[in-house]
Amino acid sequence: MARVEAEVGKPQSAIMRWIDDRFPWTETMKYHVTEYYASKNFNVWYVFGVLALVVLVIQLVTGIFLTMNYKPAAMEAFASVEYIMRDVEWGWLIRYMHSTGASFFFIVVYLHMFRAMLYGSYKKPRELIWIIGMLIFFVLMAEAFAGYLLPWGQMSYWGAQVIISLFGAIPGVGEALVEIIRGDYSISDITLNRFFALHVITLPLALIALVFVHIVALHEVGSNNPDGVEIKDYKGADGVPLDGVAFHPYHTSKDLVAIIIFLIIFSGVVFFAPEMGGYFLEYANFEPANMLATPEHIAPVWYFTPFYAILRAVPDKLWGAAMMGGAVLLPVFLPWLDRSRVKSIRYRGWIYKSTLTCFAISFVLLGWLGTMPADGAYVLATRFCTAIYFAFFLLMPYYTVIDKTKPVPERVIYNG
Amino acid sequence: MSEDDVDRIDRNRRHFLTVATIVTGVAGAGFAAFPFLASLKPSARAQALGAPVEVPIGSMQPGELVRVMWRGKLVFILRRTEEMLGRLSANLDQLRDPKSEIVEQQPDYAANDTRSVKPEFLVVVGSCTHLGCAPLEDFEVRPSENWAGGFFCPCHGSKFDLAGRVYKGVPAPLNLRVPPHRFVRDNLILIGLDAGAA
Amino acid sequence: MFARLVAIAACFVSTQGAAAGDDVELKKANIDPGDIPSLQRGARNFMNYCSGCHSAQYVRFNTIGKHLELSEEQLVNNLMFNAEKSFETMHAAMPAADAERWFGIPPPDMSLMARANGADYIYNFLKSFYVDADSPTGVDNIVMPGASMPHVLWELQGYHFAVFSENTETDETGSSTTTYQFEHFEQITSGLMDEKEYDDFVRDTVNFLAYIAEPIRAERRKIGGWVIIYLLVFLVIATMLKKQIWKDVRRSD
Repeated sequence: MARVEAEVGKPQSAIMRWIDDRFPWTETMKYHVTEYYASKNFNVWYVFGVLALVVLVIQLVTGIFLTMNYKPAAMEAFASVEYIMRDVEWGWLIRYMHSTGASFFFIVVYLHMFRAMLYGSYKKPRELIWIIGMLIFFVLMAEAFAGYLLPWGQMSYWGAQVIISLFGAIPGVGEALVEIIRGDYSISDITLNRFFALHVITLPLALIALVFVHIVALHEVGSNNPDGVEIKDYKGADGVPLDGVAFHPYHTSKDLVAIIIFLIIFSGVVFFAPEMGGYFLEYANFEPANMLATPEHIAPVWYFTPFYAILRAVPDKLWGAAMMGGAVLLPVFLPWLDRSRVKSIRYRGWIYKSTLTCFAISFVLLGWLGTMPADGAYVLATRFCTAIYFAFFLLMPYYTVIDKTKPVPERVIYNG
Repeated sequence: MSEDDVDRIDRNRRHFLTVATIVTGVAGAGFAAFPFLASLKPSARAQALGAPVEVPIGSMQPGELVRVMWRGKLVFILRRTEEMLGRLSANLDQLRDPKSEIVEQQPDYAANDTRSVKPEFLVVVGSCTHLGCAPLEDFEVRPSENWAGGFFCPCHGSKFDLAGRVYKGVPAPLNLRVPPHRFVRDNLILIGLDAGAA
Repeated sequence: MFARLVAIAACFVSTQGAAAGDDVELKKANIDPGDIPSLQRGARNFMNYCSGCHSAQYVRFNTIGKHLELSEEQLVNNLMFNAEKSFETMHAAMPAADAERWFGIPPPDMSLMARANGADYIYNFLKSFYVDADSPTGVDNIVMPGASMPHVLWELQGYHFAVFSENTETDETGSSTTTYQFEHFEQITSGLMDEKEYDDFVRDTVNFLAYIAEPIRAERRKIGGWVIIYLLVFLVIATMLKKQIWKDVRRSD
């Protein structure tokens, strides 16, 4: 205890006073870092937020250096990527970090979202954090999609062809919208250039702004925790939550360990398996885009496959696209679909535990099915999993009410 | 041990570990930054495009000036006549750096009276040392103007003699740069590499 | 004719993987990327037999020299047939426009072929040519039916005949389809190499193609080892620090 207080009561130097008279530095540091209290019982699921921030930084930095050497023109793009891989010193490392980072971004973000589903982190008063988070997810999908066109490989071109033509399914404005997106009558050099602008400037700016707002919203209400108990309900005489520990140095030191473990796994992929069996760097993309030859299997990158599977489950272009859009949008409404009084899965009944488990399994299965050809038993399995996916959300107002919950403790449970 | 002792050991240990973590982290950050900074160096393609250039000089006439490109820069090769070589020592007092004492402007094998490997062949970068314009050849001797022949820069009037040495009283501060070069054979100059290099 | 029907029989849809959509069983190439003499032989094979038509436009000779431990002189004397300086890239001898006219399709660049289709695919492809009187080149290929490439290595392997088994199925409407399943090869004429020698020749060549697809592979794995060791050391220190800082956090009573 004494040690923590000594940190807080430090006398200010003259330079710090000069800065603080002109800029809210010390008060910002206190509010957001040294006197921001989060629960002491965070477990591994709580690590993915800061990991997402780490991956964002990795993508931004590697992205800047790639932009120095990449050429966003159809005739030069593919060659410029090989130029980076072979001729630019350490270019191969920067490229692999960026391609691996893209996949890890989605791994981390999906796990980050799942944490919210485990512990009810989207429930009042954190609905806005969740909505901003979903917006970040949408922007991230757009960013990844735009980025994937840039290498101008076979999969880049044909994957974009398929997904952009989906917008054509929208009645009325569909065809016009597709032309506006492409900037041309088919995917071309013009499309590539504008996707480059989107990927390098527009969407990263949006992403950074949204992440900033996401954290501000979080700090306004304070973090949730695995027990779903509000630590601000029990404060000491000094106003500090009894079950809270200061973000710095407690959560910073804990997050550092998590970050290093993440970097070990990340480096394992970057240095030993950057292709990841064709899932992170698809084999077809080592061939330059050929408008006259469609590859045998066009599939989006693995992180889009769950939604792609749902799209293919419906044998109608418009309704398939609508279902896919619905699947992406439905989670936004979780704060209102989930009617349970209890936040954390630790205190929910067997119904929610079962439905969440089924949801998680079918989401992963849908992902795998999205990489498979759309025939035979695969179609049946995809439709079944799609039904589970939608049922999880649409029936939630019902089953979260009838679910028999356990009593929630007043204080957080922490056993070291 | 008393509680104070335990406290003290803990505090010391914590301080030690904090320092260890910071040091290891900063070292790692340095290792991580290195590839990014190194990627800014000229790439293999830049090195290929900037490779040394071979210039055949066997058919050059005395008094002839040949222009070649090396690393995106213009390079003059001038085959000086006996007469031109004779005029080199005429106006030494009018030159800023007649002895080529500023070492950056030429390799040491060109820090001589003719600023060249072989007296006959001058090799200089055709970029005025004022602001980079390409100087024009002006080999006509005009005693009335006290002009013994050399190079004239049209941009701001800088003048250089037949060894690329800059005159006093002009905006340019330095002699024309002599690039690394060597004679592969009597009739072949290689620009971009010294005799010592591979 | 046989070739087209084999194509029908062989065109099963395949899963995610390096092979380009054939149901043909691909034998493993078993290349050893660390075998420098094999890579050197492969480079020689590529220059002698492939570079006439196929470029490797992203690969520089001096990069090959560095990784395959070849001096500048060895590069110039043995590999650089149509290049002057070692910093140049490997272009094909045949002009692209002519190649397209003669073969109908320009011979693809080889820089990334091993990454796009896999070493096993190329290995099997080079061993699967067989005589087909209907083809403009006189041969066809089990792994890529309808290939425009002639059997460039015929002198080394000799010529093969492909034996197919016939399978006729008649459906309810009375129409029948005949499919042909490839069974095995039979040697017609022998080449300069016996089967094992040719096999090694192809393996060396494929090894080289796998190398040029990603020349940095060996180095990235080496660096990766050090990175992970560093991170493990950092992990130990950071964990100790975390535990020390969290020591004074009270457990729940």
